[in-house]
Amino acid sequence: MSVIYILLAISIAVAILFFIAFIVSVRSGQYDDSYTPSVRMLFEDELVKPKVGEHPQELEKEKEHNN
Amino acid sequence: MEKHNCYHCSDDCGNAIIRFDDKNFCCNGCKTVYEIFSTNDLSYYYDLQQGAGATPKEIEGKYDFLDTPAIVERLTEFNDGDLQIVNLYIPHIHCSSCIWILENLNKLNPFINSSQVDFPKKTVRITYNSGKTSLKEVAILLSRIGYEPNISLDDFDNDKKGADRSLIYKLGIAGFAFGNVMFLSFPDYLDLSSSNTSGGEFWLNEYKSLFRWLMFTFSLPVVFYAGAGYFTSAYKGLRSNILNIDVPIALGIFVLFVRSTLEIIFDWGPGFFDSLTGLVFFLLLGKFFQQKTYSFLSFERDYKSYFPIAVTRIRAKGKEESTQVHDIKKGDRLLIRNEEIIPVDGILISANARIDYSFVTGESEPVLKVSGDKLFAGGKQMQGAMEMEALKSVSQSYLTQLWSNAVFQTDKSTRFQTITDSIGKRFTIGVLSIAFVASAFWLYQDPSKVMNVFTAVLIIACPCAIALASPFTLGNMLRIFGRKKFYLKDTQTIEQLAKIDTAIFDKTGTITTVQKSTATYEGMPLTAEEESLLKNTLRASNHPLSRTLYNILSEQNIITLDQYDEHLGKGLEASKGSDHIKIGSADFVGNPEHKDSLDTAVHIANNNDYKGKYIFHNQYREGVSEVFKVMGETLNLAILSGDNEGEKSRLANLLPKLTPLYFNQKPKDKLSFVKELQEQGKKIMMVGDGLNDAGALAQAEVGIAISENINVFSPACDGILDASKFTELYPYILASQKAIKIIKLSFALSLAYNVVGLYFAVTGQLEPVIAAILMPLSSISVVGFTTLMTNLIGRKLK
Repeated sequence: MSVIYILLAISIAVAILFFIAFIVSVRSGQYDDSYTPSVRMLFEDELVKPKVGEHPQELEKEKEHNN
Repeated sequence: MEKHNCYHCSDDCGNAIIRFDDKNFCCNGCKTVYEIFSTNDLSYYYDLQQGAGATPKEIEGKYDFLDTPAIVERLTEFNDGDLQIVNLYIPHIHCSSCIWILENLNKLNPFINSSQVDFPKKTVRITYNSGKTSLKEVAILLSRIGYEPNISLDDFDNDKKGADRSLIYKLGIAGFAFGNVMFLSFPDYLDLSSSNTSGGEFWLNEYKSLFRWLMFTFSLPVVFYAGAGYFTSAYKGLRSNILNIDVPIALGIFVLFVRSTLEIIFDWGPGFFDSLTGLVFFLLLGKFFQQKTYSFLSFERDYKSYFPIAVTRIRAKGKEESTQVHDIKKGDRLLIRNEEIIPVDGILISANARIDYSFVTGESEPVLKVSGDKLFAGGKQMQGAMEMEALKSVSQSYLTQLWSNAVFQTDKSTRFQTITDSIGKRFTIGVLSIAFVASAFWLYQDPSKVMNVFTAVLIIACPCAIALASPFTLGNMLRIFGRKKFYLKDTQTIEQLAKIDTAIFDKTGTITTVQKSTATYEGMPLTAEEESLLKNTLRASNHPLSRTLYNILSEQNIITLDQYDEHLGKGLEASKGSDHIKIGSADFVGNPEHKDSLDTAVHIANNNDYKGKYIFHNQYREGVSEVFKVMGETLNLAILSGDNEGEKSRLANLLPKLTPLYFNQKPKDKLSFVKELQEQGKKIMMVGDGLNDAGALAQAEVGIAISENINVFSPACDGILDASKFTELYPYILASQKAIKIIKLSFALSLAYNVVGLYFAVTGQLEPVIAAILMPLSSISVVGFTTLMTNLIGRKLK
């Protein structure tokens, strides 16, 4: 029955692992803003809709514009 | 005519439509923003949400103060080498388009490394290369695209502090320990009577001390970290001779921990670690639920939140320089640009100025000042730039002086005792006497059981359910109110709201709307030609009173005027045929005898013949009369206005008879008025809207700010009520009173559970499993009951 030591050790180790993950996530500020990420994840792909062929020139124009 | 809405800001374009790129724009500002976005491949902005933009405001010179390194240093979160991080508050953030455009700022300025929006707080955190660009450029860029950052004295004075996350940590630890301890005490639940002597499960007997010491280890952080707040609170309460609810809780936690530890040391039993961790977890859960914050609202704002950080000071020889507001001294000459706020009391040097005191008084009509007039801090210049001379420093100005009053230094929450604490005293005394009586009884019967019974009583009577009743009832009520656009600072405000017996209202901006849209005519009747001329003259003017009057007057044919002149700050002059009309102030139209009138009026003269005047009235909110009538049945009412008595008779007609009306009240008078009533034992709710009410709002038991637009400024208060819900104020008060009744019923419910538990405790049969069942059961039924009842109340509210 001393296998219970191993089982307990594993179960507690897993629990502590998740606990550490929780602490890390709180520390990184994940719980500070629980709304914006839900919006942000929806428009990652549509960042720019370049028209075919025009894009390189557009980029150069943009550089000029900003400098 | 077909109505066109602006492609950028969705405002009505009116008559002056600007066509660009097949789209309609209401002004050049909006068009420019569109151009910026479309040339930078950011037109997706308009696909996400239509007409989400804002018209960019005039920014010339507005951000010059950001050139000063000392100011930049204070504003930035991180400032090292070429990297700066700044967190800017942008009130306009309101939709997904806003998030998208602000997080793509680096398309517009390549030296911005990244930007991240916090939508609920309406802030954007921008990381940029300060070697290549500057905070000023970033601020100007944001303003140019219609996302004007709000940089106020508050940002400058407040040290940035990180969010307080300790409750989340505590909750996490307690939940983690609770789950694991339950898991570890499972064998004990299944095999209650097992022990070495009576046989029992072999493996439980073999390993029970390992299980128990593991539970002990898990409970350590719960008692000494997660539950530490209850010990300090109980200690503080005892030191100031108050038996608050945390005293029996702390006592319960302490006894649970000590008894359980002793039990496992001497092998008497498994201990109550499951109940202990569960208790702390549930209590913290209640605390967490109670803590509903509206991060986009601020209940702590004082004048600093909207005063500028710096103004332009004019040195001798006409040299302009940006100066921090705190450094302004008496005698300094200041340049106040259009839409800038006057930071100190002073004297106007320029010929004239139009000052909007709406922040201070709630009065929306700008006031005209001429050279030599006194200006008060807090007003906003509305017409070009002006020069003024400072008479005082910022902290000594008429308005800002209010904040030196002691009422702003004390924390309101410490002034009142909560309903839970008030029952805590009786509860603690009751529990302790039961514990002693039961112990005394067992001393005769069976002295070996005395300690068992004594500790069992303290454990089972630990008022977990009582401590949860109030957070869950009020926390839920707070959310319900929030959905009805009645935003309260904390749950204590609901308790205070239930107790009030006197309601005091500010007049302008509180029971009146911001727009003045009614006017009556007094004087000789106007002929048809005169009316037509009047309307057509007003048509050309942009003055707010002209616009209002124009909208009130009946429709007339559009005629071309022969001559039209606008005299700034005086009035209008126009002629058509033989008629020569003058519209404006009494002086301007040549009727000085009306000069002393208290009303806002527009005077009219034709060919130098005085005709009469249009008197503008405060437009009272719809249903004011009814609201006061119903409220007056149970509450004492009063009106406390900073304005003159011009509206007295109208107001008296509108309100229930004998409602006390006080006029010409200075901010300090309002505060002391509330204080005097409190000394007579009244519980007061103050309803106001401007900074001049701030003192009274802070002094009153409940201070409620009425706001047309909750995102815009409102003074420090306990609650913010959306103006559209003004008529619902009284039902909200009644709902708060019902919430308190629910709490009292929940107390009765949890006491019933306690009686059952005490039976087991007093008779010396308290097994850990009974405690482990009874405590969560009572807590869950109390939480269920309060949630159900508050939702029932909430459904009846509009």
